[in-house]
Amino acid sequence: MREILELLERDARLSHDTIATMTGRPVAEVSAAIAAWEASGAIRRYKAVVDWDSVEEELASETVTAFIDVSLAPARGVGFDDVAARIARFDEVRSVYLVSGSHDLRCTVTGRSIRAVSDFVSQKLSTLDRVHSTATHFVLKTYKRDGDAFAEPDPDHRLPVTP
Amino acid sequence: MKPLNSVIAACPPSGIRRFFDIAAEMDDVISLGVGEPDFVTPWRIREAGIYGLEHGYTTYTSNAGLPRLRELICAELSARYGANYSPADECLITTGVSEGLDLALRVLLNPGDEVIVPEPCYVAYEPCIAFAGGVPVRVPTRWEEDFAVDPTVVTAAITSRTKAVLIGSPANPTGAVQPRSALQGLVRLATEHDLYLISDEIYDRLTYTGGHTCLGTLPGARERTVLLGGFSKAYAMTGWRVGWICAPAAVAELCVRVHQYTMLCAPHVSQLAAVEALSGPGHDVDAMIADYDRRRRVFVKGLREIGLDCPEPGGAFYAFPSIRSSGLDSESFAEQLLRAENVAVVPGNVFGPSGEGHVRCSYATALPLLEEALVRIDRFLRSIRHTP
Repeated sequence: MREILELLERDARLSHDTIATMTGRPVAEVSAAIAAWEASGAIRRYKAVVDWDSVEEELASETVTAFIDVSLAPARGVGFDDVAARIARFDEVRSVYLVSGSHDLRCTVTGRSIRAVSDFVSQKLSTLDRVHSTATHFVLKTYKRDGDAFAEPDPDHRLPVTP
Repeated sequence: MKPLNSVIAACPPSGIRRFFDIAAEMDDVISLGVGEPDFVTPWRIREAGIYGLEHGYTTYTSNAGLPRLRELICAELSARYGANYSPADECLITTGVSEGLDLALRVLLNPGDEVIVPEPCYVAYEPCIAFAGGVPVRVPTRWEEDFAVDPTVVTAAITSRTKAVLIGSPANPTGAVQPRSALQGLVRLATEHDLYLISDEIYDRLTYTGGHTCLGTLPGARERTVLLGGFSKAYAMTGWRVGWICAPAAVAELCVRVHQYTMLCAPHVSQLAAVEALSGPGHDVDAMIADYDRRRRVFVKGLREIGLDCPEPGGAFYAFPSIRSSGLDSESFAEQLLRAENVAVVPGNVFGPSGEGHVRCSYATALPLLEEALVRIDRFLRSIRHTP
């Protein structure tokens, strides 16, 4: 069953029929499993992986991404969870991780401009209770994201017919 | 001018070559004619090769190949199949199974010795036997029997000159995996008639419906078996040209003797990459194998749905459907399909007379292309059915 999830994670547009053939299971079983995962929230949603740098200029929206490292004072009973949840609620925040190392949280933040991201960090993020300090790293170029390399794939070098 | 070598001059060019020439001139060809993975060698393996170049591993290795690589191969064969070969004197590294096959035949055969070859089989088997001074003796296998070798048919082909049986399982072009019982039958025959067995196991990792039987592990087989393996298929390393021979010391020693004068050694960098292939984490290889299996299921089901009988291919990455329902012979089917729908397949008869009525389709191709190929083959079948 794990295989079904892995296949969908790679290509969410595979039909239940094809998944059933690929995994050698009845279609009804595949559909039921997927429906159950959708209902339970194990499958959160389906989406396209967009390389915005490759989109035509008139369609591309100016988006700036930054990684923000946040240092926090933990609180008795909840550790960092309550502050992390507060930070995660902002639409500008795309991801929040609790990490080991010199900071506590690593967040990904997007905005229309460097100014917009800076304002968010200085006005919203760093003013939260128990946030000690932040360090902002703006993304200059994306080479690979979540396993997707954003480079031209190499052409097929094979000869058309070989033994 | 004096005539050139008569054996080589008499050997016809590969039937695959003609289709390559036609397909190479066309655009938008979906090729199911490719006998190699569509994956690129996993990065960790390529990186090991690059590291080797950067650090100057550009020299010869010992004739038999890097000791570390031979140790890894013997350990892998032992862990996977329970085979026992000594890295020191029963294993040598070749430039792919192609060289391994040539060495094995040259070492085993005296002029005029016969080698029994179950067909349809890989196109190089018969020419390599002839080049080594031997005489290939074909025995048919039937698709109605999943191309299993029938020991009684083999027995009927044995003469006083028979020296060896050459078999590939899983097989190119049929995708057939020989059942253990058929291989046991061959070993029994080989023992009775004192024959060698040459086992081409290049596709050993690519089996989907059951495990692989390593011929050298069957009771009584080891002393008379020459085992050929390599990295091309499972590790997507065709262009690196690296494989191996495992055989009893007396045979391996003579293989090294030919190899040292004709090849000297397999490429050093390729051997380093092969070391990484075997010693690194294998999840990338497992993922490729799982992908082939999924494509196999989708493609074989698709072939059957458009009306082509297709025996269940248990291994390699080939389907070998019957195209008899089209009323065409293999060559005409492949050529007309290529010209009408830009889909390249290989006519089955180039792999031996028992391949007539079939075409070889490689499913080592991205799934969307396989699905598009099925649509085009379906359209082609409809068009010829409507033309009287």
